[in-house]
Amino acid sequence: MPVLEVRKMSHNFGGLRAVNGYHLEIDPGQIRGLIGPNGAGKTTIFNLISGIYTPMEGEVLLNGQKVNGLPSHRIASMGISRTFQNLLLWRHMTVLDHVKMAHYSRIRYGLVGAFFGTRQRLREEEEIEERALELLEMMGIRHLADQVVLNLPYGAQRRVEMARALATEPKVLLLDEPTAGMNPEELVQIMEIIRRAHREFGLAILLIEHRLKVVMELCEKIQTLNFGEVIAEGTPEEIQNDPKVIDAYLGKESVI
Amino acid sequence: MASTTTLLTFRAGWSRVPLVGWLFGALLAVTLERLVGGPLALAVGLPKIPALFGLDIMLKKPLLIPNAILYVLLLYGLPMGIATRASIAPANRLATGLYRLPIVVTTIVYIGLLYAIFHVWAEVNDYRALVLKLTLIAIMFTLSLNVINGYMGEFSCSHPGFMALGAYCTSVFSLGLFVDTRFFGTALLPPALGPFLFPVTLVLGGILAAAGALIVAVPSFRTRGDYLAIISLAFLFIVKSLIENLEFVRGPRGLSGQPDWANLPTVFLWTIACIWSINNFVRSTIGKALNAVRDNELAASAMTVDTRRTKMVAFLFSAFWAGIAGGLFAHVLRYVNPGTFGIQSLAEVLAMVYFGGLNSVYGSIVGAVSISLLGEALRPLEIFKWIIIPLLLILVMIYRPTGLVAFKDVDVTSLFRPKTGPGEEA
Repeated sequence: MPVLEVRKMSHNFGGLRAVNGYHLEIDPGQIRGLIGPNGAGKTTIFNLISGIYTPMEGEVLLNGQKVNGLPSHRIASMGISRTFQNLLLWRHMTVLDHVKMAHYSRIRYGLVGAFFGTRQRLREEEEIEERALELLEMMGIRHLADQVVLNLPYGAQRRVEMARALATEPKVLLLDEPTAGMNPEELVQIMEIIRRAHREFGLAILLIEHRLKVVMELCEKIQTLNFGEVIAEGTPEEIQNDPKVIDAYLGKESVI
Repeated sequence: MASTTTLLTFRAGWSRVPLVGWLFGALLAVTLERLVGGPLALAVGLPKIPALFGLDIMLKKPLLIPNAILYVLLLYGLPMGIATRASIAPANRLATGLYRLPIVVTTIVYIGLLYAIFHVWAEVNDYRALVLKLTLIAIMFTLSLNVINGYMGEFSCSHPGFMALGAYCTSVFSLGLFVDTRFFGTALLPPALGPFLFPVTLVLGGILAAAGALIVAVPSFRTRGDYLAIISLAFLFIVKSLIENLEFVRGPRGLSGQPDWANLPTVFLWTIACIWSINNFVRSTIGKALNAVRDNELAASAMTVDTRRTKMVAFLFSAFWAGIAGGLFAHVLRYVNPGTFGIQSLAEVLAMVYFGGLNSVYGSIVGAVSISLLGEALRPLEIFKWIIIPLLLILVMIYRPTGLVAFKDVDVTSLFRPKTGPGEEA
């Protein structure tokens, strides 16, 4: 059974059909790519799956359970985590607090613990901190734990976001252009991190990416999107040679 | 350059004084004042002990300012400076001993010491006691507003309204149940029970304030933006005119004759409870979710944070403490009328929050204390003090946009830690 299944999902913004009849099936441990020209609706699909928008038509199923219509924090705690294209970090918080915050849904000490500082709270906060530090270690940014994210270089901020997304213990991870704005060196590092996360957590990953090199190397299957519709689907080789994909990116060859 | 280095080395002499050393130093100073303050004041040419470190005579008798400064130096500066410096070693030993005790015991000892200082200081005259109590209440009020305006990053204008709800609720209970009044009739319960039930009535006032907060929160937290500011401002006016028109609580004439239950220990303990619980809250991951919501709500909800619940809880919690502050306020002044809780009061508490520092427990304390003391010092100027305080606020906003001590919570363990050098055994 696929871990994430999307059936005939559509969404309009006013009169614009942003996503039309989108479908997707990801098996556990699979890495899928989503490519397409700017404005094709890739990020909208992420926002629809993660509950930031509620799809107007269609269904999103996580392990066979319907999740569309739930508030986004519920969807996130059920196991769909994501990163953002333009790094939505909390600028006044430390790196460690970012990763601790993503454990929010598993906190059990409640308001009594928050107001009065019970023993249970001390214990839980310690556990969360330990797990957060492990994740930071894995991302190679443990030494930055006490830094405020605002002061970090771009590559490190990307890692913080990645660690934060993994801290929710997701089953499916949606990565929205994880390599945007990175130099070749950082690119290699982030790809290694994605591979590691995939290997160690057995995650299913859906990846939006503009750099074909990254998609071709990481993904088993790729969907190409244009004007909100899937125009091609297949292995990296098939996609590379698909005339519709070439048209979407480069335009039609015109004969005068 | 040379003078700066001398100043720094001079200051460095006190860098290893632990908190307990400072507390004992302050206790020594206030005890000295209690014993020899009167004669010393006469000796330096002051008519009586200056009540607020000379701040209170600053504008009334400007010629006496040097005398007041001399008095403060002789009575506070000198004894505290010498005593703390001389007792670094024993004070650190004491701090180490205390540090090893269970944290609850240590905290009680420190709080007891702090109370002793306040008690001796306030015994000198009633004016001091009143200013101290009002300042402590201002700390509670400022801190409660800082949770919303600082930690959560929304703008609430309704806190004086919550304070009014708390003040009136508590007053109605204590006047109706324990005091013979013309408007509420005879006492229903023996007045001797009053002081014991006072905390309960305070909490009821806090709960009423939280219920008021619910009315504001439900419509305004559906979306982000300026809605809270507008709705909460409307709420402030509604509460004020509601009370003005309720004959049950004597409308604009206000309620008077509240029993004298809000003595210094009571106000002090409630203030400590307020600081403690708010500090606990903002340091927990549940409380830090407020910062996440403020900095980026979308990311917060994508990281499993229930943003709506977070905002609601914080708003109700904050209103609760504003209500408690109101109940205490009514019993300190033993009079309350709706006019107290208007725009003026809002401006004052906002000034305290933004002056002291956003997102900061220390900042709220600094802001509340400095604006309260400044308000007392500038009292002879009457309404013109509202030209000077805003000017100061503008300067702070220009040079420190987030306030004097922003982004600083109380970390109790590091506060109590003895300050021994690197090589020494702690």
